[in-house]
Amino acid sequence: MVTDSQTLTFEPMHPRHTILAVVALALAAGCHKPPVALGPAPMSGAADSLNSARADSIARANAARQAELARAQAEQDSLRAVRDREQREAAQNADAMKVLAATIYYDFDRADLTEAARSLLLAKVPVLQAKPNIRIRITGHTDDRGASEYNLALGLRRAAEAKAFLVNNGIDASRLTITSMGAEQPAVQGDNEEAWSRNRRSEFEPISGGANQ
Amino acid sequence: MQLKQISIAAIASAMLVLAPVTAYSQNTTVPQGVRLGLNYTLGTKPGVLVLPLDSIGGDSVRAILQRDIDYDDRATIVTLDDSTVRGMIPKTGDAYNYPLFAKLGVVAILRPERSLTGINITMYDVAAKKRVQIGGFPLLDKVNSPAWRLSVHRASDEVERWIFGTSGAAATRVLYSGGDKQIWVIDSDGENATKLTSVTLAMSPAWNPDGTRFVFCGFTPDGSQIAGYSFVTGDLHWLSGTARGLNITPAYAPDGRTIAYASGREGGTDILVMQEGDASPSRRITVGKGSDNTSPSFSPDGRQIAFMSGRAGHPEVYTMDADGTNPSLLTEFTYGEQAYRASPDWAPDGRRIAYESRIDGSFQIMTIDMRDRSTKQYTSDGQNEDPSWAPDSRHMVFSSTRTGPRQLWVLDAESGRMRQLTHAPGARLAAWSPILKP
Repeated sequence: MVTDSQTLTFEPMHPRHTILAVVALALAAGCHKPPVALGPAPMSGAADSLNSARADSIARANAARQAELARAQAEQDSLRAVRDREQREAAQNADAMKVLAATIYYDFDRADLTEAARSLLLAKVPVLQAKPNIRIRITGHTDDRGASEYNLALGLRRAAEAKAFLVNNGIDASRLTITSMGAEQPAVQGDNEEAWSRNRRSEFEPISGGANQ
Repeated sequence: MQLKQISIAAIASAMLVLAPVTAYSQNTTVPQGVRLGLNYTLGTKPGVLVLPLDSIGGDSVRAILQRDIDYDDRATIVTLDDSTVRGMIPKTGDAYNYPLFAKLGVVAILRPERSLTGINITMYDVAAKKRVQIGGFPLLDKVNSPAWRLSVHRASDEVERWIFGTSGAAATRVLYSGGDKQIWVIDSDGENATKLTSVTLAMSPAWNPDGTRFVFCGFTPDGSQIAGYSFVTGDLHWLSGTARGLNITPAYAPDGRTIAYASGREGGTDILVMQEGDASPSRRITVGKGSDNTSPSFSPDGRQIAFMSGRAGHPEVYTMDADGTNPSLLTEFTYGEQAYRASPDWAPDGRRIAYESRIDGSFQIMTIDMRDRSTKQYTSDGQNEDPSWAPDSRHMVFSSTRTGPRQLWVLDAESGRMRQLTHAPGARLAAWSPILKP
């Protein structure tokens, strides 16, 4: 302890003394040995290594899992996208086929096309153009008034009028076949104008190329 | 049925009203229960009495004979109750009490008897008081089978020839499209309805001239084709020579080989002819120019064809030569009228063509006389369509809704009398056969 009455003074050491001190300190430091281990000193190092490896492994697994999840997610997203696209296309195809299959109707004892029938036929044109492999059978029908045999001819004339309209609007005639069922396959049973008007019709049925074209 | 029923009970009842009665001549043997002197009016048709036949199937033989003669519409069947009529049959010989039969309005007595191969029928002329005809008729197959019944019908037709000089049309059948849209056949008296086809849809049957085959229109997914059926072999086949598409309303020519039919294309429906058994393409004989021409029917000599056509803007009946030349409107054309005349059928005697005509919104059966073009309407109730002549050129079969569901009916064009032929709904498009040979 240094009191107020004492004065600390430093006298420069002689260089030889300084060297000696450093050497002494160095020796003292060089002669220091670590304490003798009580446990298995080498085992403690392996556990660390194992822990480290485990951690690494877990990390790798996590990373792999994350990667797998990401990959699965990506795959799922891709599948969903494909599915969505397919559903969209199927819906579009169904809409197109609905347009294609739309029935047209006629006035009594007539085969010429009404304005409504022309509109429905016009809507079929782009669908047929977008699906060049599709072929259509047009079947003409009549109501049950009149001679049943003559009605077969009338039904054919109705189908022929529909075909001619489509051909005139650019559809290849070879893709369209016509037939008639006359009054033999009524859409609606009944003996009144409501039933008759729904039976005077032409129906459109894809006979090839209608599934995925 | 318009059978005149004279039962003992009825006569006894009438006696109470019509007393006093005039006694018949003393030398007449009067069966018990029959009171002579009763004025019995049969009308203009002669009375025919068919005596009982005591053998297996005897009742059926007698019933069929009576019904055939009744359905022929030229005679009136006189029926007496069984015990009465048996009392009027002499034990031996032909010593009938002719004056008594005459008093009952009987002109001819028919006595069927069993023979080794079938039946013998003896006809007695009441006015001449003697036997005038006897004939043997083999009966085929077992009692009440279709072949057996047809044998009895043949006997009926021959008896009609004895009485009237021209045969009846009982030994015939009628083809038609049933409610199931298949081809059926039924005896002319309404018995033995039998289904013949099992195709998608069949209609418009037409007999060949000897009644052994018929053609019809059968549907496939690609349209309709003409098909043939043989009663001899039971074979059903599609006829070659028709193109794909709509092929309908076939009809045999009298030569039994030429078939006319209507074939539809985009440019309309025309009538074509082909030779049965010949694969050569059919030959078009109408030039409809976009109109519809269907339902050919040959004249009996095969030189002309009646058909229906929309070439004037609405369906009318036309005739043309069998090669397609000289088409001319048969039915009257009224300017401004949207008439609808269809389904012509040329009578076997060539004198008339039957057809259907829309009158006040309903179809009715009409005929047009080929000599003076006079027309006659036969029906007025319901929808009446698809007439087809019997071989006697007197009766027609047609479809009608007169009692509700569509059925086949038989019309006597002379008297206007009608009877229902089928009893399953939906029957239509009938074709009456020629006389069917054994």
